[in-house]
Amino acid sequence: MAAPMSGGGRLCRLAWRRRAGALHSGAQPAALGREPGKVAETQSGVAPWRAVVGLEVHAQINSNSKIFSGSQVQFTAPPNSLVSFFDASLPGTLPVLNRRCVEAAVMTGLALSCSINKKSLFDRKHYFYADLPAGYQITQQRLPIAVNGNLSYTLYVGAKQSQMVTKNVRIKQIQLEQDSGKSLHNDARSQTFIDLNRAGVGLMEVVMEPDMCCGEEAAAAVRELQLILQTLGSSQAIMAEGQLRVDANVSVRHPGEPYGVRTEVKNINSLRFLARAVDYEIQRQIEELENGGTILNETRAFDYKLGCTIPMRDKEGKQDYRFMPEPNLPPLILYDAKSLPANIDDQQVVNIDWIQERLPDLPSVKRARLVEQYGILPEHSFTLLNEDGLMELFEDVVRKTQMNPKKVIGWVISELLGHLKQYDLTVKESPVNSVSLADLLNLLERGVISSSAAKQVLEELWKGEGKTPLQIVKEKRLELIQNQRELDQICQAVMEGHQEEVMEIKAGNKKVLNKLIGLVQRATQRRADPILVKQILEKKLSQ
Amino acid sequence: MPSTFSQGNFPLNVESIKHTIDQNPEWQLEEQKPLPQKKVTMELLDHLERLALVDFRNWEGVERLEKAIQFADQLHEVNTEGIEPMDSVLEDRCLYLRGDNITEGNCTKELLQNASQTAEEYFEAPPGNIPLPKLEEHESFLQDSN
Repeated sequence: MAAPMSGGGRLCRLAWRRRAGALHSGAQPAALGREPGKVAETQSGVAPWRAVVGLEVHAQINSNSKIFSGSQVQFTAPPNSLVSFFDASLPGTLPVLNRRCVEAAVMTGLALSCSINKKSLFDRKHYFYADLPAGYQITQQRLPIAVNGNLSYTLYVGAKQSQMVTKNVRIKQIQLEQDSGKSLHNDARSQTFIDLNRAGVGLMEVVMEPDMCCGEEAAAAVRELQLILQTLGSSQAIMAEGQLRVDANVSVRHPGEPYGVRTEVKNINSLRFLARAVDYEIQRQIEELENGGTILNETRAFDYKLGCTIPMRDKEGKQDYRFMPEPNLPPLILYDAKSLPANIDDQQVVNIDWIQERLPDLPSVKRARLVEQYGILPEHSFTLLNEDGLMELFEDVVRKTQMNPKKVIGWVISELLGHLKQYDLTVKESPVNSVSLADLLNLLERGVISSSAAKQVLEELWKGEGKTPLQIVKEKRLELIQNQRELDQICQAVMEGHQEEVMEIKAGNKKVLNKLIGLVQRATQRRADPILVKQILEKKLSQ
Repeated sequence: MPSTFSQGNFPLNVESIKHTIDQNPEWQLEEQKPLPQKKVTMELLDHLERLALVDFRNWEGVERLEKAIQFADQLHEVNTEGIEPMDSVLEDRCLYLRGDNITEGNCTKELLQNASQTAEEYFEAPPGNIPLPKLEEHESFLQDSN
């Protein structure tokens, strides 16, 4: 499938300007259009800069065993216990390709609208490092398994970050490769320890073209990729566990000029750091160039404590990887419904069409369905999918309550999610589940309690003491007064006790009505439905 | 080095394989032109030593390298225009796909016993990457061997 061609539409809406002292003050660099107050157009008198950001994302494949050997894939385990002879690169061992890894790559390629190469090749990429026992990594440089795809992602823009914009980034290719082991440095004693548990774990490298222009776009694109991978199950993509690693390629230029020299930024292990690292590097390059310096084609590491990028010692000078075909692996051949061979064992055949038919609904499809089915806003659907488990909770509550989904969403996002964020909990850890929330919303919907009373009940439920919403309502006497006569009498009493205010309202100052409503609420200990109270008062006042 | 030839075939008995040699070849080597001698610079030597961790040690080693390059350059004499390169004799074989089962691992002791330095089930490596002498130190060996 052809990817969209490059054009003005993809140029970043931001123009970068150097802000005096921006880097050293430790503050976020200002981009024109986002914080207009901080940067003046004519300040430096230099033409605007545009940043160009490309990403290389490495996603660990979610499989039981490694890509070329039968040892287990697991994040924590005793050092060097998940290592086979092949992983340790002992002589006499050979790679054997894991079928599950091939399927994961095909799934991911299809989800990103790539062309799947029915024939792909494996190569060796040579470099020396203690955590790479063989001295080379098996990868796919010449002919990877998938090429020419596209990833759509969304950003909030505008002064109040309220408008949603959809952007695209082209996927250059997806390749299968091996992960390296882990080195742990003890700088104090000049020791390096090697754990090969991770050596040989399958990786999908997703190469994104330099279609992004700032840290926010990079983070948003990676976030969407993460959601897609998690939906497919091809990778769990948890950045904190190293299952998703991002290297950013950053350069700057004036509009209309050719691409500038780029640097590679590594050691980024969260989405927030990704945005920060990219923005820092852009600002650093702009400053350097405006001061008459040059940018070196180097690799830099992001120091998250200092919030800056620093040159990496071992990567000075251009690397020469001496790529050569992997002699121990024949070409990888994939099939589709048309080319399916007759006499081969099923186990040996990966059928692209079969995989395509079984792809689960991607996040973008799920969001569209939520908007259509429940009438919620696109922004809401984004939030629902962004929090693990929130969509399921929302749909569950909608099923169990009579309340309109458009009202339910407000409770789920503002109230429930708001509380979760406040206490730094995940949806799974929520003390209030869909059943309790549905019960509560039903009480509200039936007019048993007011909206503010419902919020009080939620606070009580949050304590997780196992009480039902109805129990709490009864305990705290939060039920709305249903008796019309009782309400009427209270309103009458309030009116009689505040003749001056009544006079003012009758004279035309309608705002004073709110004061009367407030007094009724106080008299009823907030157990009166304000809408009803207003109706009664207005009726009395007009008599 | 163990001999891979049995007594009967070595030295090579040409008569026994003459019938396999094509008497009417379709192509011939072009007249041998002397190829330009590639001079190996200090920069290239340093680069190669870092890349491949080979120690050229002295002038003799460098000369041998230059001769090896010359020898290999003969490959350029063959006209390969329009021919798809072959990178593996396995190109027509089927790439075997293994099922995603855990069949190996749990041999920490065996793996570590081959290592010279270990510490609590970790391999121990020298800090940073492979330390190599700087360019200046190379010049000294070339001066010495004169």
